[in-house]
Amino acid sequence: MSFFRNRAISVSGGIILATAVVALFGPWISPNDYISTDFDRLLLAPTTTGGHFFGTDDLGRDLFVRTMLGIRVTLLVAIVASFVSLIIGVTYGAVAGFVGGRVDAAMMRFVDTLYALPFIFFVILLMVAFERNFLLIFIAIGAVNWLDMARIVRGQTLSLKEREFVAAARLTGVSTGRIIFRHIAPNLIGIVVVYLTLTIPQAILVESLLSFLGLGVQEPRTSLGALVNAGVNLMEGASWTLLIPAGLLAMLLMSFNFLGDGLRDYFDARHSS
Amino acid sequence: MSLLEIENLSIRYGDTAVVDGLDFELDHGESVGLVGESGSGKSQTAMAILGLLPRHAHISGSIRFDDTELVGATKETLNRFRAQRIGIVFQDPMQALNPYLRVGRQLREILVQHNLAEGSDVDARVIEMLGRVGLPDAERQFRSYPHQLSGGMRQRVMLASALIAEPDLLIADEPTTALDVTVQAQILELLEDVRDNTTLLLITHDLGIVAGYCERMLVLEKGRLVDSGATTSLFASPGHAHTRLLLAAAPRIDRADIPTPATGATILGIESAEVSYAERGRERLQAVHDVSLSLRDGETVAVVGESGSGKSSFVRALLGLVPMQSGRVVYAGAPLQGPVDRRSKAQRRDLQLVFQDPVTALNPQLRVHSIIDESLLVHEPQLSGGTRLERVIEALEQVGLDAGYLRRYPHELSGGQAQRVAIARALILEPKVLICDEAVAALDGSVREQVLALLRRVQAETGLAIIFISHDLAVVRAISHRVLVMYLGRLIELADNATLFARPRHPYTRALIDAVPVPDPVVAPNTAPLQGEVPSLLNPPSGCVFHPRCDHAIDVCANKLPVARTINGSRVACHRADELELGR
Repeated sequence: MSFFRNRAISVSGGIILATAVVALFGPWISPNDYISTDFDRLLLAPTTTGGHFFGTDDLGRDLFVRTMLGIRVTLLVAIVASFVSLIIGVTYGAVAGFVGGRVDAAMMRFVDTLYALPFIFFVILLMVAFERNFLLIFIAIGAVNWLDMARIVRGQTLSLKEREFVAAARLTGVSTGRIIFRHIAPNLIGIVVVYLTLTIPQAILVESLLSFLGLGVQEPRTSLGALVNAGVNLMEGASWTLLIPAGLLAMLLMSFNFLGDGLRDYFDARHSS
Repeated sequence: MSLLEIENLSIRYGDTAVVDGLDFELDHGESVGLVGESGSGKSQTAMAILGLLPRHAHISGSIRFDDTELVGATKETLNRFRAQRIGIVFQDPMQALNPYLRVGRQLREILVQHNLAEGSDVDARVIEMLGRVGLPDAERQFRSYPHQLSGGMRQRVMLASALIAEPDLLIADEPTTALDVTVQAQILELLEDVRDNTTLLLITHDLGIVAGYCERMLVLEKGRLVDSGATTSLFASPGHAHTRLLLAAAPRIDRADIPTPATGATILGIESAEVSYAERGRERLQAVHDVSLSLRDGETVAVVGESGSGKSSFVRALLGLVPMQSGRVVYAGAPLQGPVDRRSKAQRRDLQLVFQDPVTALNPQLRVHSIIDESLLVHEPQLSGGTRLERVIEALEQVGLDAGYLRRYPHELSGGQAQRVAIARALILEPKVLICDEAVAALDGSVREQVLALLRRVQAETGLAIIFISHDLAVVRAISHRVLVMYLGRLIELADNATLFARPRHPYTRALIDAVPVPDPVVAPNTAPLQGEVPSLLNPPSGCVFHPRCDHAIDVCANKLPVARTINGSRVACHRADELELGR
């Protein structure tokens, strides 16, 4: 079955791609910027005049550009967090699963310990100890996201290791390195890709939560979560300040979830009949 | 009037017809075998009768049961017929029984649902039924959970649940395929005993079972009925080419062309192998105890035994895939030690294994070419890509495939093709010893014959020595020079093919041979099969491990472990080996 014939993959992938392209290039063609205030046009409803497609906020800043900026930040968080979870999580999980025994037990107890940390406290602590910093959000989200990935990859590696084709390779005399790269790793790709697309919405949600709590991105920069937070305060009388960023956030989250489902079906169908 | 009339039944999934214009009838009280290879539509037909096909199946034609149309019938109608009028026994009782409900509760449900009994009558009938299917201490089993019962006992419970509502039709879909051969014989006898006048539709791939237990047979090929008639006349003069093919592929334990004994030099010897596994919080589980075997060039030695006999552990230990606690493996005069990863490349190359299930033994992410090529890449890295490709194609041709398969993925192969690829992967290294662990068990009869022929040919050409693990004695009879019988991890008997089958010296060997159904209606089925089931390895019986099931056991058998001794060239571990007369 062709990759793009899967409806879930092509539709949700298309939405994500289109959103990213608009978020990247939209601000260029807009006459406005994200920081200038215009006190003649406070809380302007969405309109085409002056390019305020999404209206303005209570400081008269253009919400279209700010929303695009927010999407950029949100997607950046998603990409960085999933990259961290990919690199650390897959390596850690594969090593634990393949080596097994005591090494595995020790490595996984460490993961359990990190799991036990109350995440929000952890972030607040980081914020207090250091300056509020854009980078800290990435570190905080990345530090948590790879845990799930490590567990999943470890489990999969453990079961793959016992599969008969691995035994056959050992009997033939295939080296351990080659067994890992030729026989185990390719069989992990499906589950890793699927899980990755599912960690992205998680990371986005965590970033939104932090920004909503005021711990995330700081003014005048913004993210979808921070925009929703601002919109909540203005929703009486200026509902667009809430509905537009919230709607876009929901759309992105759902698209990533559907993409993950689609990819899982795709990988399931490809190598089992 | 017939009980069941099927007319022009077709079942399609998308564009694929799995059953195509099927017509047959079942009369009251008869027993009919529905046979065919995998994918012939046997189970689909049964599911259609029960109205259990998945929603996306497209069904057309007519299934009339006692003049009620079942195709397109409402759920209520179907529910009234299922269990009450039509009973079903599936292949795997563990999947067919609800693991969270006690056995008694699951049987009660049927009676209560259909208002067949009330009050205290319900329990009484359930217990009576459990007793009828031969569950010892039925009142206690009434309160057991399925996992507390052995495989054979679970299948008895399934049979009880199928028959408790006294249906007119019993459908048994491969009811004994998941069971050991001695238990299979018990269940088949039981089925014959308890069904009384219930019509039986027995779905099976095993013509031996049909020959023994069915009056009439229907032969399916690719969803079409190609042959039908009385079992005796179809076996005597099959009407259709496919029936002839199936019959030709059914091995007979009672007569076979036995290979002439091999005379090559000894190439592999295993002395007093002991294999045990650590069980958390328990004593070690002793899987193999003091088993020795030697193998000559060009010889096939079969290792047979029921589940838990330790045959797989034995060969995995000699290959170094599981640790051997003590004992020695000598290959070509030099000892083989330690796990496989520490053995030299040359040693690894000479001993190759073919697994039971080719689907799990082939990496799903690699194409056939890469799978076979890897062996060469490891052992002969100096070869150029072109040379290796030629060798891979040669290996494929050796197993009856061709270059057209190079680009395929394992899931694009049938079971038989995949097993041939696995064999090609092993044979391209030109091993001296090939170990086949149930290598033909998952294959259809005709494909199995092709794979066996392939092994024989390679052996004749190259002098390959083969250890052939199997639970199927009829196949063993046809392919092996010598046979090692194991039971609960111990050697029972080791003898050459002709001697073992003609004059077994151990009662267990005799029972195993008798349990194999013969695909010939003239040969009466074994009406007194070996009783009981294989005990748990965690709690083996005292003395001779076989004594609780043995008809010939005497006092000494329960107290003293018999030591294997040599009698007329056979190794046998039985106290009474020289006095018993077990030949037929």
